[in-house]
Amino acid sequence: MEQLNSISRRRFVAVAGVMGATLGLAACGGNNAQEPAAEKPAEEPKKEEKPTGAEPKKEEKKDEKKDSAGQEFEGTILAVGSSALQPLAEAASKEFMKKHPKVQMTVQGGGSGTGISTIAQGGCDIGNSDVFAEEKDVDPKEAKIKDHKVCIVGMGPIVNPDVKVDDVTKQQLKDIFMGKVTNWKDLGGDDQAIVVINRAAGSGTRATFETFALDGETAMQSQEQDNSGTVAKMVAETPGAISYLAFSYFTDKIKPLKVDGVEPKQENIMDNSWLIWAYEHMYTAENPTPQTQGFVDFMLTDEVQQTIIPELGYIPVSGMKVERDVEGNVKNL
Amino acid sequence: METMNHGATIEQRKAQIAKSKRSDKIATGVLTAIVVLISVVLVAIVGYIIVGGLPHLSWDFLTSESESFRAGGGIGPQIFNSFYLLFLTMLVSIPLSLGAAIYLSQYAPQNKVTDFIKTIIETLSSLPSIVVGLFGYLLFVLYFGWGFSILSGAIALTMFNLPIMVRVIQQSLEAVPAYQRDAGLALGLTRWETTLHILIPEALAGIITGIILSAGRVYGEAAALIYTAGQTAPEIDLLNFDLTDPRSAWNVMRPAETLAVHIWKVNSEGVIPDIDVVAAGTAAFLMICVVIFNIAARFIGGRIHKKVTAQ
Amino acid sequence: MGYTTQGAFFKLIQVNVVNSVICLKKDGKMAKEHSLIPKRNLEWLGIILTGVCILLTIALVFALIFMVAKQGLSTFFVDGVSFTDFLFGPVWNPSVTDPATGLPVVGALPMIAGSFAVTLLSTVIAAPLAIGAAIFVVEIAPGFGKKYFQPAIELLVGIPSVVYGLIGLTIIVKFVRDVLPVGGTGYGIFSGSIVLSMMILPTITSLSIDALSSVPQSYRQGALALGSTRWQMISQVVLRAALPALMTSVILGMTRAFGEALAVQMVIGNAAILPTSLFQPASTLTSVLTMGMGNTIFGSLENNVLWSLALLLMIMSLIFIVVIHFIGKKGGLEQSR
Repeated sequence: MEQLNSISRRRFVAVAGVMGATLGLAACGGNNAQEPAAEKPAEEPKKEEKPTGAEPKKEEKKDEKKDSAGQEFEGTILAVGSSALQPLAEAASKEFMKKHPKVQMTVQGGGSGTGISTIAQGGCDIGNSDVFAEEKDVDPKEAKIKDHKVCIVGMGPIVNPDVKVDDVTKQQLKDIFMGKVTNWKDLGGDDQAIVVINRAAGSGTRATFETFALDGETAMQSQEQDNSGTVAKMVAETPGAISYLAFSYFTDKIKPLKVDGVEPKQENIMDNSWLIWAYEHMYTAENPTPQTQGFVDFMLTDEVQQTIIPELGYIPVSGMKVERDVEGNVKNL
Repeated sequence: METMNHGATIEQRKAQIAKSKRSDKIATGVLTAIVVLISVVLVAIVGYIIVGGLPHLSWDFLTSESESFRAGGGIGPQIFNSFYLLFLTMLVSIPLSLGAAIYLSQYAPQNKVTDFIKTIIETLSSLPSIVVGLFGYLLFVLYFGWGFSILSGAIALTMFNLPIMVRVIQQSLEAVPAYQRDAGLALGLTRWETTLHILIPEALAGIITGIILSAGRVYGEAAALIYTAGQTAPEIDLLNFDLTDPRSAWNVMRPAETLAVHIWKVNSEGVIPDIDVVAAGTAAFLMICVVIFNIAARFIGGRIHKKVTAQ
Repeated sequence: MGYTTQGAFFKLIQVNVVNSVICLKKDGKMAKEHSLIPKRNLEWLGIILTGVCILLTIALVFALIFMVAKQGLSTFFVDGVSFTDFLFGPVWNPSVTDPATGLPVVGALPMIAGSFAVTLLSTVIAAPLAIGAAIFVVEIAPGFGKKYFQPAIELLVGIPSVVYGLIGLTIIVKFVRDVLPVGGTGYGIFSGSIVLSMMILPTITSLSIDALSSVPQSYRQGALALGSTRWQMISQVVLRAALPALMTSVILGMTRAFGEALAVQMVIGNAAILPTSLFQPASTLTSVLTMGMGNTIFGSLENNVLWSLALLLMIMSLIFIVVIHFIGKKGGLEQSR
């Protein structure tokens, strides 16, 4: 793997360099400086002008302006990983590319595991993940990667809308997922078998749910499904079904449950009264390229935190009243 | 033929003949029923997809870019990507599998090694496409440094496609009656000429079936592409022919999400509010393309067949 | 190759006969080629061209097999999972550590059983229908069949698996749950098999049509001249003559069923439990593989064991293929080649 790392890294840098140089020359003709990040003009994305002829191969990126606010980035950014974070990263990347038309950003899904292993191998610029790298047995220091918590995702149990139960205690939730309670009538509902639909073993959603909703217990063997969209469909169509989803996938076709009387809502996560939530992470190399650093910084600006993130159903980091570390220790801010 | 029993009386023979005729009728009935059943299922599925998605198809949907979380996205770049990727994949895999199949059926010595290779190629057609995709990811995307690109996707699809194409082409070459080949050889043609001018024209119908079947598979494939050609459809410029520009539609080093991957993506983790609309519309468009594609391939295949066999 | 002597022998006659024959037949273009490229070189050209293709194919195929084998075997040789535990262990739960061995619990038996069940059941459903349809097309109504039916059925190949999965989820699962008197949630081997049989139907049908078409017409004429009815001719001559090729088409359909992931994963329920009923959630090798790949770190045991599943899948389809080839060889008529 060592050899693989070094080669892929080098090649990747070379490709990025060539692309950067190409783009740099391409924009030489009409270089219109973009507005600073704070304003959000409703401008159309500008098409690149066609480059003239074949460009000579250039490795170094020149003319990098170092002023912080109106800095113009160029080159490529590749983000790989968590499919839950993908829509957000994609939406943000579109905004980012509008501001920095010389940047070509690609957002890939593939799962949190793929994200962390790819960034650890140097195969991408940003590794998206629903979980801490430590939870996947990857030591960030050893792998020389840096964690950026960009937002929070809340998760909650959901049931088929025909289920009469609205509120469960944490103990009841545990009993359901561990197979001790198998009929809704034991929880005050109709005489209807409980169909547990779990998430794929190893997925970030399942890890979060088992840690914070089931107190670290492992759920029983049952139906599993990986994709949030499919889970929502299955729960909506299967009588007596229960599963869990990120808040962003809640629709009117499924019914979220309260746990211990607490509603699965953004405000309740901010003060940690709703416990089932996790950070969304963007891992970068310890010394990322300027454009990558620029994008991660952009993720934390108010424009993303206050506009795109809430619109997608995530919770901005800036609004949190608490902080939680890898071990689950909560600290008030 | 048991009916040719010479020791039987005339009555027994008559009974036997009546019985054979009856079973002939029953068999014909059963076969017809099967075809009717399949036709009904076929019409139901194709109808379900097209009728479900047709109302959502509009010029705007077919040409605009997709949205990552708002409603109203289209599938413009995905359509182009699908066709471009299909074209490139077939460009690589048709000659490759044709050559491999010719070698296996004409030149390879008939021994254990050949049998082994044939079996291995057949085995590979059962490998889940996600494994091919991950292999492509590790080898092409990371090790070769091609990144998430059309090139990585096309080669991964070729790998996924080769086993079935080689097998089908080889089978249709072997199905050409031996006397055809003997005649060619007896005329003093080399095997190469015999293959080129006698076997391939004769086997063309089967070869075209194989190509259509695998083109369909390639067109609808998602799992092998998720990790290779990628899940992003950047804005592309069809008129930009600079192959190194990441915004040129024709650049093979850019990431390209196809229609099938798009359906998969919006259904799996998509948060756009109009998932059902986009998925149904995309599926209907895909289906219509497959219909057109099949008809065209058959038409062209028929013309070629007529031309080369001089009928 | 034994061809050179043959070639030398024919060389004597070839010069006069062939050139004149070919000149008569075509526009003389080929004759020109002949004068430019000597025969022997032409043959070498063919061998080299196709040889390169087969070598490339073999290289790709073996690279893939090597990769799968390397990752798949490291579960046993690097991480130290016992081979029998993996193959016959009835519990699959990689996130739980077995206190006895200190390794994750990775028994693949539930998925092996699930994969076998789904593949066999879908083949049992699809193969008779497909071969029946192929007989109809070739022997009973070739006009309608070849012109309309075969192209129509090939449309089914182009539908992406996800769409099959969605149809399965919204129609078949619901049908099994609400209409069939079997209880349960509708997810399970039965629903998976129905979806899969639709997916493999076109593959088997198309290839079977080609198989039957390639039976020499003289066989049919012979049988009919002996006074057999159409069905006798089909069942006792055509089907037997085409048996090896029919087997191939069934195998290719079967291997597709074996390797299909996205659609099955949506309707089978994905419960890694040893299946006891066709209507209870089960799982297949591919469904577990597909769900887990993205969530695991490359090189970790959890990831390696998924590659072991892929390896297992390959080995199992290899066995399938060998067995069916054997049956095909025994049952088929000797064809003069």
